[in-house]
Amino acid sequence: MSDALPARFAPGARVTVRRMAPPGHLRTPWYIRGRTGAVERLCGAFANPEELAYNRPGLPKQPLYRVRFRQRELWPDYAGAAHDTIEVEIYQHWLEPAP
Amino acid sequence: MTADSDIHAHDHDHAHGHDDHAHPHPTRADADERLTHWQAMEIAVRELLIAKGIITAADVRAAVEAMDARTPALGARVVARAWSDPAYRQRLLADGTAAVTELGIEMAATKLVVVENKPGLHNLVVCTLCSCYPRMLLGLPPDWYKSRAYRSRAVREPRAVLREFGTTLPDSVEVRVHDSTADMRYLVLPERPAGTEGWSEDRLAALVSRDSMIGVTRPDNRA
Repeated sequence: MSDALPARFAPGARVTVRRMAPPGHLRTPWYIRGRTGAVERLCGAFANPEELAYNRPGLPKQPLYRVRFRQRELWPDYAGAAHDTIEVEIYQHWLEPAP
Repeated sequence: MTADSDIHAHDHDHAHGHDDHAHPHPTRADADERLTHWQAMEIAVRELLIAKGIITAADVRAAVEAMDARTPALGARVVARAWSDPAYRQRLLADGTAAVTELGIEMAATKLVVVENKPGLHNLVVCTLCSCYPRMLLGLPPDWYKSRAYRSRAVREPRAVLREFGTTLPDSVEVRVHDSTADMRYLVLPERPAGTEGWSEDRLAALVSRDSMIGVTRPDNRA
């Protein structure tokens, strides 16, 4: 897959979702921006939907990850069990290594 | 007004058989609001594609018919096979797309991820951004799946949502929510109910509801 960027993160890596709000079509929900989780798996590489939405090719393809967050990390007043989790698909350009 | 009333009175002078006028018929409001911007855009693009000979009206009709023909019975077949065949279950969890293709189900542009319920783990699927749903396996999503209430609450208070579906889980069970935000589609593989040893795949499939494959309920064998 020479048209794909190399994957920066391995399963288990701690990553933080960038806290940014560019205009346009985004597939990164607001509630995880700025939050830290762990890579659950690499899903493959996909054309960037932020480019596809405007009829651009979206290349090179972006690695797409499933990132697992603890619910308590997202919602300080979360009412469920401490081990409850949520997994979200996030493209690599939204992720940076957790500090 | 007078003419309308006359016609109306005339109609009702004739017996309708079932209609004694004590209980007015419930009526559904006519959908005669103005088209939204995107409805008008869909019609314009579709008509343009047909006018340019890129697709035909029959192609559109056939695609709609194929979409409407898919039902949760497809997903139930996949689950029943996984419950019956441990090697198939392994393949399904490792590569959902390839495993459902074995059963003649094509995932088209998206990839399937199957998430397995276990004694200490319950999975729930939502798409907070829109209504991504494994349509190739479950058909069209239910209205509640697309509602703002479900989409926001499933990630914020999943246990409360589950309770409203009659699914109360002890704190010892981890609730794992899957937000279907991009190119994956998710199917929950429920736990096989106790007391179903030796059942045929067809009999098992009848236990598997749409809601249990979204993860808001768990199948049981009392049905």
